[in-house]
Amino acid sequence: MNLVSFLGAIEIGFVYGLVALGVYLSFRILNFPDLTVDGSFPLGAAVAATLIIAGVDPYLATGLAVVAGMLAGLVTAILNLRFGILHLLASILTMIALYSVNLRIMGRPNLALITEPTVLTPFEGLGLSGLYLKPIFGAAVIAVVAVMIGWFLITEYGLGMRATGANPRMARAQGIATAKVTATGMALSNGMVALGGALFAQMNGFADITIGTGTIVVGLAAVIAGEAIFRVRGVIMAVAACIFGSIVYRLAIAFALNADYLGLTSADLNLVTAVLVALALILPGARNPFKAMLARRNAGSGGGGGA
Amino acid sequence: MRLRTAITGLSAAALTAAGLTLSAAAQEITVATTAIVEHPALDAARDGVRDELAAAGFVEGKNLRFLYESAQGNPATAAQIARKFVGEAPNVIVPISTPSAQAVVSATDDIPVVFTAVTDPVGAKLVGDPMMPGGNVTGMSDLSPIGKHLDLIKQISPDAKSVGVPFNPGEANSVTLMELIKKEAPARGLTVIEAPATKSSEVLGAAQSLIGKADVIYVPTDNTIVSAFEAVVKVGIDNQVPVYAGDTDSVPRGAIAAVGFNYYDIGRQTGKMVVRVLKGEAPGTIPVEGVEITELYVNPGMAEKMGVTIPDSLVAKAKEVVQ
Repeated sequence: MNLVSFLGAIEIGFVYGLVALGVYLSFRILNFPDLTVDGSFPLGAAVAATLIIAGVDPYLATGLAVVAGMLAGLVTAILNLRFGILHLLASILTMIALYSVNLRIMGRPNLALITEPTVLTPFEGLGLSGLYLKPIFGAAVIAVVAVMIGWFLITEYGLGMRATGANPRMARAQGIATAKVTATGMALSNGMVALGGALFAQMNGFADITIGTGTIVVGLAAVIAGEAIFRVRGVIMAVAACIFGSIVYRLAIAFALNADYLGLTSADLNLVTAVLVALALILPGARNPFKAMLARRNAGSGGGGGA
Repeated sequence: MRLRTAITGLSAAALTAAGLTLSAAAQEITVATTAIVEHPALDAARDGVRDELAAAGFVEGKNLRFLYESAQGNPATAAQIARKFVGEAPNVIVPISTPSAQAVVSATDDIPVVFTAVTDPVGAKLVGDPMMPGGNVTGMSDLSPIGKHLDLIKQISPDAKSVGVPFNPGEANSVTLMELIKKEAPARGLTVIEAPATKSSEVLGAAQSLIGKADVIYVPTDNTIVSAFEAVVKVGIDNQVPVYAGDTDSVPRGAIAAVGFNYYDIGRQTGKMVVRVLKGEAPGTIPVEGVEITELYVNPGMAEKMGVTIPDSLVAKAKEVVQ
């Protein structure tokens, strides 16, 4: 792995870290399996790219991309909460609808941003090459978002959201408006995913209708790998783990791309990535039986160790 | 504890990465190719580049390192492949297809880039002026000669008033072709009927939707439709509607005729441009090229099954007559 591909993995890891945070919010906090992200990621890219090409300031365009993503999350939430469509199905409906919406927004399947101004333009005069500028910018953005999400989750409202995901009936009994809270969470989640899409398009010079495919898998892999490696307890650590997991995932891909000496070709890319992520999942769990055995021996009873 | 281990691991990886870069100064010529997906046409383009390089004396295993990575259909992976190649500093990078080319061009300002199999390089912002690209980028477009295709249709089906076009609105190349078809068709007395299909499972339905509306069906060089070409052929035979194609590879699969090119020849032509760069020409001074070789393929047996006859004069001109 050379330096450029290493820094590229870090940069793309930070961008997809936003996706991981969004997936963490819906999947883990709200317990809402949300496939909307496969549509809201390219939605963010489509809105940002279209507006930038139309001459809108890249920062404003990125902000509006986030708003568009939030609306997409709201649509899924409303389909589920208001009309009682199963959450998985509701999110699939929004996702497939977004494919057409994204094509409409862009007017064509691929928009190029190579020669357009982007959120990075104001920093290009600082004498830092794009090689370093992009990952640093990605780190700065995700640091801000992570702090905001971390802070949000420990506010009273955030606690209510966590309660809603953990036990909606109990949360309702405590006077939490669970439907509203879920809708807010879904909007925040998809807003972050759309921000990821908007930044991806700007950092890589193009928005393409296909960039959403598999976003949910990438997001979930990052969340789960991060949790597995960190063995997370609190939400703050979980937020950090999501970002770390996303970078690990990208480094796994960079490694797979460089595994020629093992006789692997790019056709094996998905397999290598899947094996690495599966290992991240299996290894921490594999210690548990051992732990349980120790606990049993020490306590002299078959209690079993905690997860 | 785990965090610290992780951080140590990461910084070790960073150091190794930096170390590897320093030791990677190669003596031989390196040409790095990458495509968005593995696909017979794109693979043929890559092989064409390699064979043309060999013809010019750059032989793999002797004085040439020929790299290839496919992004497996994933643009984020395409971006990572672009970085990997830029980091390895090859003599030329040859991205095959639009998203791969955009990822590479946005990742480097100095390594020479010769893109190929990009339909609309100006629209994709790879070059500003195709005659004088400037900078480190040139390449070639695989834009179909749509006018020639429609002329061929009129030669075999002179009474046709409408042409049905199945295409995937999610493919950049196809959308560009569709715009061209709509521009060229009226001059030949044809109205265009669109039949969108976003995945190969929808191709049969798209082709069926044209029955009763279109006198002939024309399948452009669209990955989705071409991958399910047999479905279109079946609809053509069942309903006596002639099916034409934009690529010659589809003629043995059941198209009546095509004036097209094959991607191997595109690869060879791209390879010639790569050789010029390797010999010292600046990419920015080499104009973007279009496809030079177009050949006529005909399939008289299939024409009969679809209720038309190919004029003998055309059969005589064909480079290949599929029996």
